[in-house]
Amino acid sequence: MESLVKKFTQSSLALPLVALAVLLLFNAFFVDDFFKIEVMENGNLYGRPIDILYRASSLIILALGMTFVIATGGIDISVGAVVAISSATCCVMLGGDISGIPEHPFFVAILASLCVGIVAGIWNGTLVAKLKIQAMVATLILMTAGRGIAQLMTDGQIITVYYKPFAYIGGNIPGVMLPTAMIIALAMVLLVLFINKRTSIGLMIQSVGINANAARYAGIKVTAVLFAVYIFSGFCAGTAGLIEGSLIRAADANNAGLNMEMDAILAVTLGGTLMVGGRYYIGGTIIGAITIQTLTTTMYAIGVSSDRLPAVKAIVILLIIVFQSEKFKEMYRNYKLKRLDAQLGSKKEVTNA
Amino acid sequence: MALEDNEYILQMKHIDMFFPGVKALKDVSFNLKKGEIISLMGENGAGKSTLVKVLTGVYHKTNGEITFDGKVIEPTTPLASQQMGISTVYQEVNLCANLSVAENIYIGREPRGAFGRIDWATMQKNASDLLFRELGIDIDVTKELNFYPVAMQQMIAIARAIDTQCKVLILDEPTSSLSDKETERLFKIMRNLKSQGISIIFISHFLEQIYTICDRITVLRDGTYIGEYDIKSLPRIELISKMMGKEVKEGEIESNVDKSVPRENVFLETEHVTVPGKVKDLSMDIKSGEVVGFAGLLGSGRSEIAETLFGTLLKSSGNIYIDGTAVSVKTPMDMMKNRIAFCPEDRKVQGIIGDLSVRENIILALQAKNGMFKHMSRHRQNKLADYYINLLRIKVSDREQLIKNLSGGNQQKVIIARWLATEPNLLILDEPTRGIDVGTKSEIEALAVSLAKEKGMAVVFISGEMGEMVRTCSRVMVIRDHEKITELNDDEISTAHIMQAIAGDYHGKSC
Amino acid sequence: MRSRFLSNLVASQNFPFYVTGALFIILFGFGSVLFDGFFSLQVFLNLFIDNAPLIIVTVGITFTILSGFGGIDLSVGAVVSLSCMTLAVLMRDTTISPYVCMAIVLAIGFTVGLVNGLLITYFRLQPFIVTLGTMFLCRGLTAILSRDSVPIDNPQYSDLAFFSFEFGDYFLSLGAVIALFMVVLATLILRYTSFGRGVYAIGGNEQSAKLMGLKTDSIRVRVYIISGFCAALGGICYSWIMLSGYTLHGLGMEMDAIASSVIGGTQLMGGVGFMPGTLLGVMIQGSILTIISFQGTLSAWWTKIVVGLLLCLFIVMQALVNAHKNKLMNQIAEGSVKDSK
Repeated sequence: MESLVKKFTQSSLALPLVALAVLLLFNAFFVDDFFKIEVMENGNLYGRPIDILYRASSLIILALGMTFVIATGGIDISVGAVVAISSATCCVMLGGDISGIPEHPFFVAILASLCVGIVAGIWNGTLVAKLKIQAMVATLILMTAGRGIAQLMTDGQIITVYYKPFAYIGGNIPGVMLPTAMIIALAMVLLVLFINKRTSIGLMIQSVGINANAARYAGIKVTAVLFAVYIFSGFCAGTAGLIEGSLIRAADANNAGLNMEMDAILAVTLGGTLMVGGRYYIGGTIIGAITIQTLTTTMYAIGVSSDRLPAVKAIVILLIIVFQSEKFKEMYRNYKLKRLDAQLGSKKEVTNA
Repeated sequence: MALEDNEYILQMKHIDMFFPGVKALKDVSFNLKKGEIISLMGENGAGKSTLVKVLTGVYHKTNGEITFDGKVIEPTTPLASQQMGISTVYQEVNLCANLSVAENIYIGREPRGAFGRIDWATMQKNASDLLFRELGIDIDVTKELNFYPVAMQQMIAIARAIDTQCKVLILDEPTSSLSDKETERLFKIMRNLKSQGISIIFISHFLEQIYTICDRITVLRDGTYIGEYDIKSLPRIELISKMMGKEVKEGEIESNVDKSVPRENVFLETEHVTVPGKVKDLSMDIKSGEVVGFAGLLGSGRSEIAETLFGTLLKSSGNIYIDGTAVSVKTPMDMMKNRIAFCPEDRKVQGIIGDLSVRENIILALQAKNGMFKHMSRHRQNKLADYYINLLRIKVSDREQLIKNLSGGNQQKVIIARWLATEPNLLILDEPTRGIDVGTKSEIEALAVSLAKEKGMAVVFISGEMGEMVRTCSRVMVIRDHEKITELNDDEISTAHIMQAIAGDYHGKSC
Repeated sequence: MRSRFLSNLVASQNFPFYVTGALFIILFGFGSVLFDGFFSLQVFLNLFIDNAPLIIVTVGITFTILSGFGGIDLSVGAVVSLSCMTLAVLMRDTTISPYVCMAIVLAIGFTVGLVNGLLITYFRLQPFIVTLGTMFLCRGLTAILSRDSVPIDNPQYSDLAFFSFEFGDYFLSLGAVIALFMVVLATLILRYTSFGRGVYAIGGNEQSAKLMGLKTDSIRVRVYIISGFCAALGGICYSWIMLSGYTLHGLGMEMDAIASSVIGGTQLMGGVGFMPGTLLGVMIQGSILTIISFQGTLSAWWTKIVVGLLLCLFIVMQALVNAHKNKLMNQIAEGSVKDSK
């Protein structure tokens, strides 16, 4: 039993899980019926835990893409803007016709949105991998211009989509218990885990993040790896754009994906991946994303309003990262050592006597 | 006893340094006289750097006493020990590369002008004067430090140490990246400092240099103190025996490796290969089963040739043939697919992936070669890693240990293992023994020869130490100014001939 | 081989500054050619007037980027917003003199900077994340003070806001003068004080700086204090322009500041940067916006796209020039070493 506990505390998932557990505990005490899940009359599942996972879906997807980018030592702050472009693309392709008849077939619209994400990734990849521009600055360009592009596509309007199946992405497909967004997120997670286990791309990504030069000398195609991670991040943003657009059944170029890049980066960091790159933790990222969403849901549940939310979020996150930091662990170890010394000291006295 | 103590500037007595689970230093002594140059010798892991870290306040000793300039001291931080008069110049020069030369010398003590502002003009003049006066160097001190090569940066670090009135100067592997000429200049400066009464601790693996410049040697082995000796009364063989802890017979270290015998087939051939500014019109061949050396001065272009053969540098003209067929080279992977392997010169920057484990570092190139879809199972990775750890006698507690925590020699072995795992037909080793202790050096030399002899591999051995190449190579190509000027074969190969060839006075079998 | 002059120019540390300067001149010239009335001193001075807050904020953020260790301060925009709101609310709900209010706001900026600095330095937390956290915190605090826009209608304050330095037909606002003063002050600090040099040192190699005796922790904390203080000062100048407090003030300003700093030659990895260059960076961004406003027909979103594209153009050019510069530097270095031997 003791070794199991030890194994857990030393694993990379420990701290993120503890943070989440503390939050859940808080909820258990202060929020009624937090853990209750019930089945609604239309066959869908309903309850706060479901709500959290459901709302966290976009964030989980974005954070997965962000994990790999950060693991290479880079960053992608354009994802929020790409979400806006992608959701605008889908809505424009479906059209705002009141009768609900789409201008283009649904799956073409979906494909277009995903392609938009991929193109964004290729753009970012070219700047970072080929032109060797620093990631933060390179993705800043798309972040700045991206919303402009989205607004251009929607002509500054908010396009409401009446085509019924569009709502299925953000809601439930008739007859399916779980919200579609959760299914998509789950699929992404499984895909990522599969790729991670079955291919050696993970090793290559980490090598590039730790020492890109040495990776090159070892035969790794560094440019290709960098392109891959930015394209994947773009693809994730495209997917998230579909979900976000579907949630409001419209394209809102100004607000879609707003600040999502920051949340994604936070999720990755809470999960244990360092911003300098190297080792990454998919499980940690997922838990980090869920934690952030739980925090938001918790705050709403106890009545904190949406404009005050950032303040509380900030304090909780700062506390979490302080506790997760090396320095804190060091302080804790020193504290334990001192207590041990004191105990031994008293033991010594006993034996001497 | 008191009179004797006066001639010592530094005395470390009964030093213990214990870490959890490891006794890095046990009852170690170290004595340094005023105005002497002493060498601190020992194999990797013997405790040299630990002792220096105790002296400079990076580690806090567990037990023991340090007396400096007559007073007992307790250095708590590197800064404190510096302020006491003990300065260190490390291999990775500990200066700020983005600041100018003048600033690096004076930072923290800049000359001031009106309103307490930094007086740049005076600072730059002082820096210039200092460098010229103490080191005979005349450079533009307003340029950024990283504008200058490592050799010069070291000089600047030494200048700073001198100017901060150090009484003890510790030089940690200062000559690893220096050419012979630069080393000579360093020694001249060291002798000058010695005459001013400054004591120097010289840490190096280059036996010849130690015998040239040092007065005495202190030997450590496995964290224990073996003894202090006068240079004049300690033959090299005895020194090595003391370092390794076993009797070494005369001639055993010198040349205990038989030369390889090249097979008949030419594995790789180049025809007028040119890389502008880096490789001039190179035509040569490498046969399977032989060890070929590239000899030349620092900066003569040997590494560039190696990189061109491997594909990290791209040729602009000329052809490369492998087993008779021309190959197109666009990436290192192209050459890897042609069974060429390359162990780069600077293992820290071009070799190790620090935060990955030994296992991951070993399988990396092979995995890259297989492609990301043919992922090696963990089981297979473990087997492979264990095989090479065994074969090369890499000292690790566990294959999951992070490579950055290994000693230089073991790190080098891991990189070599990485390339051996790809089962190459041509293995290029660029300075594989740099910064590595004597014992591991001879292991690597023997490995190179046995790979050629027993496995029929073609091996390229690039080293700045001619002795190494004389011992291992059956053919030596002499490179000067990015051009191959001549080749030496079998019995022609000797340090004298190589040096003559570089100077242009020897003409062996020319291309 | 290039001429001596050109190679000296490239090798000089201020080369990126010259490039940025040249590009600004080209940009301004472009506007002058395209539009009547563009080529006037007042249009030039307006660059400082309209962008005074951004200039001050960028000065502060540049300090953090210079200090290395992933140094950055994402909280500056939020501090600007918090400053404006605090001023507005204090002047509306209390009788505290405007000058004291401004002092309070500066103290707030100082404190935010201190919190950032301590968390980053003593807990070794990543600056990106910490300042992201304080950004959320400050935005949240702003909203707590008031969800709606709060106008500032204190007569004393308005006097300050409309105060201008006039010379002939031209004028500069108080904010612009303060901004220029801050740039000069920062340049002097970075060049002539040990603190300033220390910032470059820890940005270059913190380990070495420590070994050389610099108090690296203290320097780092001070850098973040400066950034927080500048953000608050920028907030005060912003309030002179907007005469209100609002949760959306300063939104995205941190990104504008980072972009300006980078355009001005500051490298995100630390240790490299020239303060006058960052002033040019803001002026370039300002010129782009001025050109767009002169054009008149470009909608808000086109503006975003054009700014993004120009930013891209600039950064790509910088990258290419740097790559070329490295090549040239290598050649020069080989030459100089031969000389000294």
